[in-house]
Amino acid sequence: MTYSEGDGGVPGKPLMFAATPLNTRNHRLQWLFRALFGLMTLILVVPVGIIFTVLLVKGGPAISFEFLFSYPSDGMTAGGIWPALVGTMWLVAVSLIASVPVGVAAAIYLSEYAPDNWLTRGINLAIINLAGVPSIVHALFGVGAFVIFAGFGTSILAASLTLAVMTLPLVIVATRESLQAVPMAFREACWNMGATRWQTIRTVVLPNAISGILTGVILSVSRTAGETAPIMFTGAAFFFPFLPTSVFDQTMAMAMHLFVISTAVPGVPDELKYGTALTLITLVLLMNATSIWFRSYLRGKKKW
Amino acid sequence: MLAKRVKPSAPMDLDHRGRDWYVDKAVTFLVFVGGISAIIFIIGIFVFITKEGVGFIAGPLNVWEFFGSLTWRPTSAQNPRYGVLGLIAGTASVTGLAMVVSVPFSLGAAIFIGEFATGRLRESLKVLVELLAAIPSVVWGFIGLSIMNPLIIDMFDVPVGIGVLNSGIILGLMAAPIMTTIAEDALKAVPDAYREAAEAMGATKWQVIFRVVLPAGRNGLVAAVLLGVGRGFGETMAVLMASGNAIQIPTSPFDSVRALTATIAAELGDAPVGSDHYRALFTLGILLFVVTFIINLTADLVVKRARRT
Repeated sequence: MTYSEGDGGVPGKPLMFAATPLNTRNHRLQWLFRALFGLMTLILVVPVGIIFTVLLVKGGPAISFEFLFSYPSDGMTAGGIWPALVGTMWLVAVSLIASVPVGVAAAIYLSEYAPDNWLTRGINLAIINLAGVPSIVHALFGVGAFVIFAGFGTSILAASLTLAVMTLPLVIVATRESLQAVPMAFREACWNMGATRWQTIRTVVLPNAISGILTGVILSVSRTAGETAPIMFTGAAFFFPFLPTSVFDQTMAMAMHLFVISTAVPGVPDELKYGTALTLITLVLLMNATSIWFRSYLRGKKKW
Repeated sequence: MLAKRVKPSAPMDLDHRGRDWYVDKAVTFLVFVGGISAIIFIIGIFVFITKEGVGFIAGPLNVWEFFGSLTWRPTSAQNPRYGVLGLIAGTASVTGLAMVVSVPFSLGAAIFIGEFATGRLRESLKVLVELLAAIPSVVWGFIGLSIMNPLIIDMFDVPVGIGVLNSGIILGLMAAPIMTTIAEDALKAVPDAYREAAEAMGATKWQVIFRVVLPAGRNGLVAAVLLGVGRGFGETMAVLMASGNAIQIPTSPFDSVRALTATIAAELGDAPVGSDHYRALFTLGILLFVVTFIINLTADLVVKRARRT
């Protein structure tokens, strides 16, 4: 290249920072790729925006105090979703009672006790696979193990336990991560005071990890509330217009209700379907948003 | 794992086994039982679905007919037929289309979020992807049924909008956030020193990405796609609602198909407990379990190997 005064350099000396044609081409390519990948991200995100808007526009008018708190009527073609909402709360509560203690125990074992041996590798592999088993296979397991073998019949208990097995990996992984985030020095300080391992976990490790565990629990609640396949044959009823009174009752559930009114019942007004879908998705996304907000809040608050 | 590095010092008085000592032993045992629960459940799942399905495998199962015939007629009283070829074709076509739709976009989005986007944009995109992954499958099915269906009818002028195309797109949208998250993790796992070395040689950002980051993170990306396939393969409700449920090998994207998962979901309620039909459905469950197990295992091995090198 020749350098002249027009390029802003000193005549006779090479110009150090002028763009060569190769530079220009590279930067144009760089810009192009940035735009391309940005567009791909946008294409992934935009349909969901559109879908949410449609749900909001078509389902929004249906949502009222009466819709949320009244029973379905006229063969589910009118009325509200109250029993389904209550049923989902039952399922979530019972499955949490089952999955949180087991999941937290598993995480404590993996984070605080487990040596690096074949058993630990086996456990990790089992967690990955448990998370990857199709939900309908979990349903088959629930039917075989809880409905038939344990003799719970189709009940809230059988459905909740099926859901608990399904969300177990979620609880384990979230809890393990927050336990491992507690600095080793905290434990060492406690051990040096003569505390047993369990005393250390109970008084030092768990209190420091509790908020992270809570984040994982909220996530598993949202997952539990949205699942349909595992409860279809284990405890969720097509139509059961009563509030459950014990864990051995069948129940309606939000996700199942949406499936039923959008496929199995003719003549359900669109407004009702969109309203139910909107309620369910709002419930789930609110829970997730809470969990995400909580996580970033904690990250900001962390002192170590 | 942490325990191996530092062990608590042994108590000075070895004979003093007070309440705390016993509590500690009891908790150690309980926590161990919790620890192996995942193994217990994964074995339990296999045992219980095999227990219900074994009567079919030992009895009426004819392997050639099972994998080679299109006729799935389990409810026929005189001549029940159990051919799952059509169901496999259904699952394969829907999952295949979903991957065609979602793999390029997920990987593109992962590159954008992981390498190009910074600061607030990056954080909000990550949150958005996470929320996307949280939408329940029954809601996706509903979207396929009531939003995509009329859209496809209008756009392509076909009589029915549910089928391979509809469920493939829905499944693609469902699998994309998971693949994006895992792929982005894989890119993040590439050491920054690699990027810095390339940048120091004068490489531009896209050169760094194509020549350094992508080759280094290749195994993680493969694992991401595998897990996406696993997700699509095992998805039930969305496919049940958006695929039309006719058993056939599809010849056009608008054909209706029936997936393996959807078959179980649609028929288990009507199959009397202990009947051949009921057992055949559990056999499909065994098939699903084994295939997803293999997919997850492969993905895990691929990631492990990436970490070792």
